[in-house]
Amino acid sequence: MDNHYCIYICGVGGQGIIKTSTIIGEAAMNQGLDVVMSEIHGMSQRGGSVSTELKIGGFNSSIIPNHGADMLLSFEPVETIRGLDKVNSETKIVYNTHPIIPSSTNKPYPSVDGITKTLKENFKHVLPIDGTHLAIDAGSVLSLNMVLLGAVTADDKFPLTKESVIDAMKNNLKPKFHEMNLKAIESGYKSIKG
Amino acid sequence: MNLKELVTGVSGEKQFLLGNEAAVRGVIEAGVSIAATYPGTPSSEIGNVLSVLAKDANIYFEFSTNEKVAMEVAATAAASGLRSFTFMKHVGMNVAADSFMTTAYSGVTGGMVILSADDPSLFSSQNEQDTRNYARLANVPILEPSNCQEVKDMVKYAFDLSEQFGLPVIVRTTTRVSHMRGVVEFGDVKDNSSNNDNHWKRGHFNKDPSKYVPVPAFAGDMHIRLWDKVHKLEEVTNKSEFNKEMNLSDNKKYALIASSSAYNYAYDVCKFNNLDINILKLGFSYPFPSKKVCEFLKDVDEVFIVEEVDPIIERDTLAAIGAEKLNVTVHGKLDGTFPLYHEFNSDVVAEGLDKTFNFKNDDEISYSSSLNKLEEDLPSRAPVLCAGCPHRAMYYGINLAIGELGLKPEDVIFASDIGCYTLGINPPYNAADYLLSMGSSVGDGCGFSVSTDQKVASFIGDSTFFHSGVSPLINAVHNKHNFVLTVLDNRITAMTGGQPNPGIPIDGMGDEAPEVSIRKLALACGCDYVRVINPFNLDQVVKTYKEAFQRDDTAVIISKAPCTLIKGLAKKPPVDFVEGNCNYCDKCVNELACPAISKVNGKITIDKAQCDGCNVCIQVCKYGALEAGR
Repeated sequence: MDNHYCIYICGVGGQGIIKTSTIIGEAAMNQGLDVVMSEIHGMSQRGGSVSTELKIGGFNSSIIPNHGADMLLSFEPVETIRGLDKVNSETKIVYNTHPIIPSSTNKPYPSVDGITKTLKENFKHVLPIDGTHLAIDAGSVLSLNMVLLGAVTADDKFPLTKESVIDAMKNNLKPKFHEMNLKAIESGYKSIKG
Repeated sequence: MNLKELVTGVSGEKQFLLGNEAAVRGVIEAGVSIAATYPGTPSSEIGNVLSVLAKDANIYFEFSTNEKVAMEVAATAAASGLRSFTFMKHVGMNVAADSFMTTAYSGVTGGMVILSADDPSLFSSQNEQDTRNYARLANVPILEPSNCQEVKDMVKYAFDLSEQFGLPVIVRTTTRVSHMRGVVEFGDVKDNSSNNDNHWKRGHFNKDPSKYVPVPAFAGDMHIRLWDKVHKLEEVTNKSEFNKEMNLSDNKKYALIASSSAYNYAYDVCKFNNLDINILKLGFSYPFPSKKVCEFLKDVDEVFIVEEVDPIIERDTLAAIGAEKLNVTVHGKLDGTFPLYHEFNSDVVAEGLDKTFNFKNDDEISYSSSLNKLEEDLPSRAPVLCAGCPHRAMYYGINLAIGELGLKPEDVIFASDIGCYTLGINPPYNAADYLLSMGSSVGDGCGFSVSTDQKVASFIGDSTFFHSGVSPLINAVHNKHNFVLTVLDNRITAMTGGQPNPGIPIDGMGDEAPEVSIRKLALACGCDYVRVINPFNLDQVVKTYKEAFQRDDTAVIISKAPCTLIKGLAKKPPVDFVEGNCNYCDKCVNELACPAISKVNGKITIDKAQCDGCNVCIQVCKYGALEAGR
């Protein structure tokens, strides 16, 4: 399936997941590619798990089949595990290592190092990044989604250019944040490319 | 994208739009003058966008008190010659149904379109009902878009169709269509300039009781005229370009018929697995295009019907091939090929088709035991009441009052309603025992109070109370029912994303509007006990509930405090933890269960970013370990 690229993006309500996905989608449209995206609104906004699915190439359906994602982009360690249904042996698994601990009446939160170790036992392309830290360095924890956006553009198989993603970012977010966002995108890109 | 481009965008321009935004562009291109809704996921964003754009788009827009009123606003606008649009979630159609059914009889002059958004898999609904049944119940046409471009195009087309046949037209979306984003190419905008001092055009109602007043003498003829229209519409659906063969294969043995989001999955599965199946896509599915379907199936041996939720196209196909005496085997929901419930996806469709075509690669993916264990023990992340939510404070207080009165949890029935406060179902509050629909908590209170000796506490939100809580409250007073009704007045319609309601002084277009008092309404209904409380004052909450539970009439408590998500509210400083005073009773963690308070490595931790400074936890802590922040 050349020229097709499916990204499953997951995390917690309020992390900027829908905005990140929309920016990628708009960049794909501007590059003349077919693109469809799925998002869930409503109940999930109250601190629940949130996911979007983005499919570039000639797809009608906006839902990624099980084990059909080229990239799993996760904003939160435990949500990475929740997204594994979409992953296959070739999928790039990029995730932020900073946990958001759900409210107390729940099972204990697992160790993040343990999550990374377990993922590496099972998958070829496991790419943890300390996105929250990089976002704070870029100027604000709120630029986490831009760090992860930068990380997506670093994948060799990602069909969009970093420039078109940056243009779409500028079209979607306020000018006063552009400088910080550019810094965040760049640091996310470098965290994968090295 | 700047939302204004939905108004200013020119023909040929492309935008990456949400399905609901595409619907708004369709409405603008169609030159609509009047639009009304009651917010409901997955249709809510249409209203959010229209409330911002209405004035620029020459549209009068309102958040009506409920879907029936919205339907009536749209119906009368269309009877006055204007184009009108109403939209709602699928269960909203139940509320609107009484007037909707008669609108089909009386018909319309200006185009009238109803968008109803179904929610297969119940992402945010109480059932999975299929709007396509309403098209058949009322005998009005229905369109089923599969993607964002079709949402825009079909909404626009529906207005022309509505005017041509003098009938309202339904556009049925699903969550996956309403909340899909895709590339939409804009078309021409029909002029809807105002002809008066308002920003929207005025029409004129030409009196004709034989058309608009369904007394028995007239309604019989209306029904005859309706069927005339349906028969003429059959010719349209049989030729409609929205019902088209996709020509994936020349194979005559196998065929597939699909609609809406289910079509997307069916098409992708056939295409990416090179399945030799020809596909007929039905976008205009009622009146059922029997001729087209029979023509498509005349040499076919087996057909697969792929649709969400009810087997409607399947039954219509069975009827059509039966009438034509075609020898075709039909696979769908009725023979168990596909499930009768929940949304589809490519995997579900592939599973069904695999029974015939055996194409699936069934290699099991196996993980290490440590990953299996990790998945098993994964902490869940269900939606919760926000930190600082006034509902939490009220639920905590009422449970305290029940305990202090010596009542056990099983002595009190919690009749809940539709809104964020339904999340009170979760522990530790356990405050939802029965729920039917919008406004049902009040009628349920009436029923439980005469059917049991248990105490009844009904909970309803401010917007839901205006929607359908007032008439059952009148019932409660008049029929002497005994229960405690709490109106959770958080000054907004919160669950659907923060729309205004009649309790706040602003309307759907952002203009000032009279504020309707819930307290005065309750008094006017005849309630003798009406109290307005601040839910963040725990002593007041407990005292008031203890009083109310000891009465033998319908007591109304209005728990009034703004939703923490309302923009522009002054933020109070977060609570401080004083470790030296902590007695490790964990009451704040286990009984209040605020998401801003957790126990990390045996120590209470306040998430300062989440904490809203509501200070309820300070009143919960008996040891002074939580202090107001400065």
